[in-house]
Amino acid sequence: MKRRNFVQASLALGSMGSLASMVACSTTGRIPEKARVVVVGGGYGGATTAKYVRMLSNYQIDVVLIEPDSVFVSCPMSNLVIGGSKNMADITTPYDNLSGKHGVNVVRDYVSGIDATKKTVTLASGPSIRYDKLVLSPGIELMFNSIEGLKQASASGQILQAWKAGPETSNLRKQLVDMPDGGVFAISIPEAPYRCPPGPYERASQVAHYFKQNKPKSKVLILDANQDVTSKGTLFKKFWADNYKGILEYIPQHNVTAVDAKTNTLKFEVQNDIKANILNVLPTMRAGTIAVQSGLANANGRWCGVNYQTFESTQAKDVHVIGDSILPAPAMPKSGHMANSHGKVVAAAIVAQLSDLAVNPEPFLTNTCYSFVNDKYVVHVASVHQYDSKDKTYKTVPGSGGLSAAPSELEAIYAWNWAQNIWNDTLS
Amino acid sequence: MNVYNRFSLCTFVLLMCSVATSHAQQTATALHQRANAAMCSNCHGTEGKTVDGSAVPSINGMPKDYMVLQMKAFKDGTRPATVMHQLTKGLTDAQIESIASYYASNKR
Repeated sequence: MKRRNFVQASLALGSMGSLASMVACSTTGRIPEKARVVVVGGGYGGATTAKYVRMLSNYQIDVVLIEPDSVFVSCPMSNLVIGGSKNMADITTPYDNLSGKHGVNVVRDYVSGIDATKKTVTLASGPSIRYDKLVLSPGIELMFNSIEGLKQASASGQILQAWKAGPETSNLRKQLVDMPDGGVFAISIPEAPYRCPPGPYERASQVAHYFKQNKPKSKVLILDANQDVTSKGTLFKKFWADNYKGILEYIPQHNVTAVDAKTNTLKFEVQNDIKANILNVLPTMRAGTIAVQSGLANANGRWCGVNYQTFESTQAKDVHVIGDSILPAPAMPKSGHMANSHGKVVAAAIVAQLSDLAVNPEPFLTNTCYSFVNDKYVVHVASVHQYDSKDKTYKTVPGSGGLSAAPSELEAIYAWNWAQNIWNDTLS
Repeated sequence: MNVYNRFSLCTFVLLMCSVATSHAQQTATALHQRANAAMCSNCHGTEGKTVDGSAVPSINGMPKDYMVLQMKAFKDGTRPATVMHQLTKGLTDAQIESIASYYASNKR
């Protein structure tokens, strides 16, 4: 029996034997010469893909997940750490269950190169791994050079982004705690598309809530390169007017071109300079570095074009790209929930292709995105994206999706439960 | 091998091919159904099992007829919701049936 037929037979039979016996042979950390599936990046997209390739193949297809960090720190909910109602431990999950429970071989390393012709990835530590299918989920790269002076100010730790959750998240919290009452926190937002459209507005709300409780003479400035709030605009603006009047100021159409770290000043394309005690500068973003370096970012050199049915790159065969790195279909947000959804579609497509089965002709994706406007009230936006085989793209289903009617405590309970369940679905 | 035997061998091979094809189709359909149903598990947990203490309910092992009725009640607005009315409006009745069948077939 050919191996792929064996996989097919096993898929038909359902799970064969106990899970424990099948994953007992997992060899986490060992670097194999070859894996049928190699996944790069252990965020919402990559970790979900690794787990679901294992699950959907009934543990017949071996998966290597390459991730440099020792633990998963969630971007969604990280604004609560900045606001002070959660801590880093609350948003951190280990990778242990991916290996122990699902037999994913988690290799802690960076990928330094991809050869799509020879079908190999090379690790920063030296070895190469051959693959049948490669999935890239490298998130975003912050283009520090798009703002004069930002690279140095970021490297010195003075001007933080905290857009990749981790040490900068707690460092930004510390800057806020250390700031005297009467100070100014300024967050700048790049032109869309960027990771997590409502994230900057949620962060500004969290900081405003912290100031209102603890430093009432302080101010929050939002300097947005966009024409208007890019997500949940009416909900955010109403909550700000009702709750943060005199604390939070929203200023659209302000595109930061330079920072002066010596004087903590933002410089703009058109308008006058603005000084603040704390600058939280979000530069323009593009696909994760490895995707750009490998020539996969074929849309304006920033985002990776994919065949949306399988998420296979339009640039390289058997290389699939998911999550924030892709050129999105219309109205498809760059979010953790969406990356998790991509992970399931790509996992099913790869299991089908490696088993000589038809690929799902009509996949669909869901997205639910919650934002905390203070420590107890939440608003959401939701959407459903159906693949259209004629136009070869995802389209939001007419009449579906939408926003919260108003901020509510009930949705705050659901939001935190959403986080716990999606962390479990992605990693455990 | 006489003509009859040759004919019957051909028939047998064709029959086996068709059995294999239909078997592969069923396997593919089951894979697609499982992957589509996994769109619920972002909130309702892998295989429909939420974490302990979750206000979002587990849906694994939920009776199919009950789940279809609830999903359609969200969809037509007769059951109020914070988000489920918006998500179910993105699903066809056939997708709702398929998802409900999948979770009903799972053991609790």
